[in-house]
Amino acid sequence: MDLQKLTADAQDKINAADNLESLDQVRVDYLGKKGELTSLLKTLGKLPADERKIAGQDINNAKRDVQQTLEQRKQALETEKLNARLTGEKVDVTLPGRGQNIGGLHPVTKTMERIEDLFSRLGFTVEQGPEIEDDFHNFEALNIPSHHPARAMHDTFYFDANTLLRTHTSPVQVRHMETNEPPLRIIAPGRVYRCDSDLTHTPMFHQVEGLLVDENVSFADLMGTLADFLKQFFENEDLKTRFRPSYFPFTEPSSEVDIQCVMCEGKGCRVCSHTGWLEVLGCGIVHPKVFESAGIDTEKYTGYAFGMGVERLAMLRYGVNDLRLFFENDLKFLQQFA
Amino acid sequence: MKFSEQWLRSWANPSISTQEMCDQLTMAGLEVDSVEPAAGEFTEVVVARVESLEKHPDADKLNVCQVTDGTEILQIVCGAANVRQGLVIPLAKIGALLPGATGEKPLKIKPAKLRGVASSGMLCSEKELGLADSAEGLMELPDDAPIGQNIREYLQLEDNIIELDLTPNRGDCLSITGIARELGVLNQCEVTEQLWAPYKQTINDTFPVEIQADEACTYYAGRVIRGVNVKAKTPLWMLERLRRSGIRGLSPVVDVTNYVMLELGQPMHAFDLQKLDGKIQVRFSKNHEKVTLLDGKSIDLQETALVIADDSKILALAGVMGGEDSAVDDSTTDIFLESAFFKPEIIAGKARSYGLHTESSHRFERGVDTEMQVHAIERATELIREICGGDVGPVIEHKTTHHPEAAIPIHLRSNQIKRVLGIELAEDEVTEILRRLGMEVKVYPDGWLVKAPSFRFDIQIEADLLEEVVRVYGYNNIPRTRPSYHAVVQVQPEAENSLNTLKRCLVNRGYFEAISYSFVDPKWQKILDPQAPTIALANPLSSEMSVMRTTMWAGLLNALKHNVNRQQSRVRLFETGLCFKPESETSGVDAITQEPMFAGVICGDLHHEQWAEKTQKVDFFDVKADVEALLSFSEADSIFTAAENPVLHPGQSACIRQNDEIVGWVGALHPEVQKALDIDQRVYVFELKQSAIVNNNVPAFSPLSRFPEVRRDLAILVDEALPVADILSVIKASSSDLVKETQIFDIYQGKGVAEGTKSVAFGLILQEFSRTLTDTEVDTEIGNIVSTLNQQFAATLRE
Repeated sequence: MDLQKLTADAQDKINAADNLESLDQVRVDYLGKKGELTSLLKTLGKLPADERKIAGQDINNAKRDVQQTLEQRKQALETEKLNARLTGEKVDVTLPGRGQNIGGLHPVTKTMERIEDLFSRLGFTVEQGPEIEDDFHNFEALNIPSHHPARAMHDTFYFDANTLLRTHTSPVQVRHMETNEPPLRIIAPGRVYRCDSDLTHTPMFHQVEGLLVDENVSFADLMGTLADFLKQFFENEDLKTRFRPSYFPFTEPSSEVDIQCVMCEGKGCRVCSHTGWLEVLGCGIVHPKVFESAGIDTEKYTGYAFGMGVERLAMLRYGVNDLRLFFENDLKFLQQFA
Repeated sequence: MKFSEQWLRSWANPSISTQEMCDQLTMAGLEVDSVEPAAGEFTEVVVARVESLEKHPDADKLNVCQVTDGTEILQIVCGAANVRQGLVIPLAKIGALLPGATGEKPLKIKPAKLRGVASSGMLCSEKELGLADSAEGLMELPDDAPIGQNIREYLQLEDNIIELDLTPNRGDCLSITGIARELGVLNQCEVTEQLWAPYKQTINDTFPVEIQADEACTYYAGRVIRGVNVKAKTPLWMLERLRRSGIRGLSPVVDVTNYVMLELGQPMHAFDLQKLDGKIQVRFSKNHEKVTLLDGKSIDLQETALVIADDSKILALAGVMGGEDSAVDDSTTDIFLESAFFKPEIIAGKARSYGLHTESSHRFERGVDTEMQVHAIERATELIREICGGDVGPVIEHKTTHHPEAAIPIHLRSNQIKRVLGIELAEDEVTEILRRLGMEVKVYPDGWLVKAPSFRFDIQIEADLLEEVVRVYGYNNIPRTRPSYHAVVQVQPEAENSLNTLKRCLVNRGYFEAISYSFVDPKWQKILDPQAPTIALANPLSSEMSVMRTTMWAGLLNALKHNVNRQQSRVRLFETGLCFKPESETSGVDAITQEPMFAGVICGDLHHEQWAEKTQKVDFFDVKADVEALLSFSEADSIFTAAENPVLHPGQSACIRQNDEIVGWVGALHPEVQKALDIDQRVYVFELKQSAIVNNNVPAFSPLSRFPEVRRDLAILVDEALPVADILSVIKASSSDLVKETQIFDIYQGKGVAEGTKSVAFGLILQEFSRTLTDTEVDTEIGNIVSTLNQQFAATLRE
């Protein structure tokens, strides 16, 4: 049989195969053990020696050509098959994914974490204390003796004459000073309680207290630290702050810290009662009597302390307009901070 | 402290605007709370007199008045009850603008007809002029008020009412004198310091006084004035100043004592001399003595109450309020004036303990000038004489040995200014500031020796002086610096899980964090922890917030209910915080454990509604997985065992133990509890001690085997009541360390499995570190396990 024709027939059949199975049949028919081209090779022995070599080469070339065509066709068919599968597997990628949604932290926690983060970069560590406190740690040791008018401002929840719910996180300062030697650098976030409930007060809220005790710590340093903190907290390098003389029995000099109103940028609005300023912090140099009560040498060390209301900062940062929402735990509220 | 700006400026008048003055006071630590005009804005209101009047022909309640404004007679229809002939009143003329209601436009007075009678103007009340929030009738002006004068001029209404929110240390600024002194310091301007010369006595009458409580009342000055005309009228200027300080005029004697208190800061009291019996005694109350105070309230006195008494009765609660029995009234002719010094710590809290808060107690609690008592009496005498006349007796003074004497000199060291404040100040600048503050200053080694004036009783130590210096210097003139301090590396143990990490674990599992009050409704508390002793607040805001929680579930379930009631189909909440557990119901506050807890509640759908899966409700194993996720942070092994908890479903509740200590609970809320709390959904809850999840291990590496694992799956038949945990622990105990892992992959009961038994299918994964396991080794291992399970639980292999 004409080798050329045979090759051409094989190649035609290969190209006509429309699936891998029929392609394989063509392979068996031509290249299999009993295939036509394989059979041709078996006839070589009958040829004279000088023709045998050339004929052998011809057949092998033909086999190679067929093999090559076969490979190409196979690849094409495989690609076609894969493409068909892929088309069949197409999904609507715009449909939402499956599984558990992510929840969220409470905005008060988010705010406290942020405050903790900023101060921990300055080397402050986080301390905790009990919420049921004794009179000594909440008041006496902070230079607020029983007859002090400042007590009236605290609206304390009592259990008995000596036991109460802490009205501020300042007792954590006292406890820390009792058991540690300077230098000290702590912040104390946590729940505090006051017997007061109206539009702008809840009987429980959160504070973060800070205390730094070291040699040569001055009021100017306190002002610098807090001004920096507020700029970072509100992510506003130009945030204006002002320090206003005030009074806390446990610090002297004492100061309230106002920031330029973040709602109106100091122009005056309802939120800042048209003053352009918002009170956000209380602070001061630790009162010598507090150091004396804690056994810290007032001649060697100075210190500063500060305290801030977490809900207040959270409201300003996130624009929350009603304090009471923080404790209703409505998912529609909580989801906004996720 | 609320006061008239005009009054303050009559004492100290720096050339600055009202706004500048307020800013200055605020920045000096006397925070201005509000500034309001002394009257509403109005025009064309003059002093006028009702010349005659007759009833309106068609209206019972109206009068037709003929009113003179000095130039013409006007006919005005008026409905006020107190209108009468000869009455002098403010008249709003045609064209006048009166203040409208809050937020509304001003009211314009136009010619009008009322029930057919023409009216050309309006007679005004205090409310209509914005002088008071309410009024009962027309404002009555003194008979000698100049008819026709503009009322704003006459009442000097171009004034502001300034209110200060004073800190408790600045009791000295609870008076016009005190604030004027501050203005003087800040502006370096003149301050009128009036001292009243002893009033010339005209009679020798005195009244005996005995101070028995000589530590509590250290100074008592008194004076008799006879023949006082209490029916005289308090002058309008005084009433207006009192009004602008928020004090209502009552009678001339009382008005004078109030006026002097506002002016000088010394609270005073006037007794009706005729009602005093024997002698005045300043003493502590005997228990349960009773007194009816001026406000009509009767109180039962405790032994700690300092009182002013005479031989037969209590006259006053000292420093707080006078008694009704000795009060000046319409028939009084002779009075006894009291001006005393009571120790702040004695007065502190007394008023509050009887539900009172008075101008007087507010001042005595903060302290008054120790040297003001006699000045105040002299000033009051002068004013009473001017208004009511009378014969004046000598001032009697009683001073005890406990009276605070002149201030002790304080050593202010110059190096402290740099050390504490962080600023450098010239020596003469400091001296100057202190002198302006009224201090006696002497230059002394390393600084100054400073004596505070008697009105600055708050200045006692060096730190007080530092504060004064920097306050006057100006806080905002201080350069802001950053502290240089000892850098100490703070070690955070790697094996300590931060609470934030644990919280985020649940957030990633779809939970939202809740924060609820630590005090709860005792009803909920009892339902959710029926056996636990609790501790209650002595003064709760309400009974729903009166008991300290012993479990976090109360607050969380309340929040869950809130959300379910607002159509949330799935709720997943957690909270962290303290629970408060007394040792016993009677152990009180001394034996309370304040335990940090971590708790959660879930209900509703497992996933948000979505297209891919069928809606499925959460069950026990969903909440258990969340608990296990938290416990995976713990170094300790946690054992779950079925256990009864009155709050939880008896068949779906597990107690969690670590090292034999109960560290938490997980389960379905008991249907009865759900019903009691009025929650109509299946709710799953958990609560863990934070101590159980805060400690982890520092990871310790073990080498990886390069040889293949072998897995064998088995299904065994066991009694249906046998907990799988028991099977797993037997497998663990009976296998060698070739068994690396056991996975439960099926639990089956039903067709093909005998009643009362269940099929438990599990895969065992085996591996040898240094070589490939042979089939024989694996078979032997499995054989051992199967036979042990058979011995222990009569377990058979399921064919």
